[in-house]
Amino acid sequence: MSERPAPVPSGARLRLADLACLRGGRLLFHHVNLSLAAGEAAMLTGPNGIGKSSLMRVVAGLLPAFAGTVEREGALALTDERLALDMERPMADALAFWAMIDGASPAALAVALDRMALTNLAPVPVRMLSTGQRKRAMLARVIASGAPIWLLDEPANGLDTASIALLGEAIAAHRASGGLVLAASHQPLPMDGAIGIDLRDHAVEPA
Amino acid sequence: MNMLIPLIARDLANGWRSAGLWLPVAFLLLVASLYPFALGPDAGLLARTGGGMLWIAALLASLLPIDRLIAPDRDAGVIDQLSLRGVSEETQVIAKLIAHWIGFGPPLLLALLPAAALLKLPAPTIWTLEAGLLIGTPALAALSILVASLTAGLRSSGALAGLLALPLAVPLLIFGAGTLGDGSGAAMKFLGATSLLLVAITPVAGGAALRAGRE
Repeated sequence: MSERPAPVPSGARLRLADLACLRGGRLLFHHVNLSLAAGEAAMLTGPNGIGKSSLMRVVAGLLPAFAGTVEREGALALTDERLALDMERPMADALAFWAMIDGASPAALAVALDRMALTNLAPVPVRMLSTGQRKRAMLARVIASGAPIWLLDEPANGLDTASIALLGEAIAAHRASGGLVLAASHQPLPMDGAIGIDLRDHAVEPA
Repeated sequence: MNMLIPLIARDLANGWRSAGLWLPVAFLLLVASLYPFALGPDAGLLARTGGGMLWIAALLASLLPIDRLIAPDRDAGVIDQLSLRGVSEETQVIAKLIAHWIGFGPPLLLALLPAAALLKLPAPTIWTLEAGLLIGTPALAALSILVASLTAGLRSSGALAGLLALPLAVPLLIFGAGTLGDGSGAAMKFLGATSLLLVAITPVAGGAALRAGRE
């Protein structure tokens, strides 16, 4: 494992205590514990339908936890399978809307676009972008948001090898600057020293 | 509060781009131009019944855009992304309500003038109609947003939305069309009260519906 520089102390923190999630009358997982401080990362794995995305949504506060608590210090940024960009607008404009909501500067957005190698695609309408380009646009929104806590749900879906390397660099830079990352993926992500959580260990056996 | 303006601007820009803003106006004008063909060229009859018919047309026109009010943003994850940035669902519904009214109310009030001319309505009736719809269109917009929030996650929500909205719109129609033959001004006050109630309920009920409908 390569030596990583000590992260900037940002005070960002994410703590899941004894978390359980109930969806459609079925207990998906229980007893999930995790504590992440600035610079740390966790990788959530498990087969389809085990509840990775549900866990992400519970952590994001979009779904209620059935049991347990989520505590966090710092703002959140989430990417999931939904684009949340206006299809007819040029990509840079669609992202600029979110940068405005996030209070991020146009310069921060330009840096984020550059990080994801999207600068050339900025004037292209979102509906013309390919799957991987859309995914990179979503990641650019996360980078530009400046939020210290990143929740990445399947961030590498549809990305080619070069883009996955860009994603790895972005995650490393984010952690070095005091951010933390919780990622869910069924494929390996370039994330050094990530705490692994296999949701199969927390699954509730069907009665 | 400062979140409202970018949200309203985005909704208006999207409505403008999708050309959905013209649909209610076109519908109102179409109904007003078909009505004399169906009823015959009796000017007295048209003038007597035209006002009430325009209220029905405005009510039905308000139901046309329900599909595109909430569901696309919900499905695209925009509502979730805003919520996790601390923009409450209630604020989002208020923004959508204001944007929808701006895109729907004033164009409808303008379209009313040629529509009234097609029916040869007398001037006092036209002004009563304009005043009534000025008070009534915020309620129609609120009703559309409310029903769109309630049905956003459902399949074939368009048909269901119509069935849900129409009974709730009955008081508006009674008081709204009632203003036309009412010299005392009581119907206009009742219309205002109904309108206030619907506009006040919508952010709370719509916000709760968006939260409850989350998957």
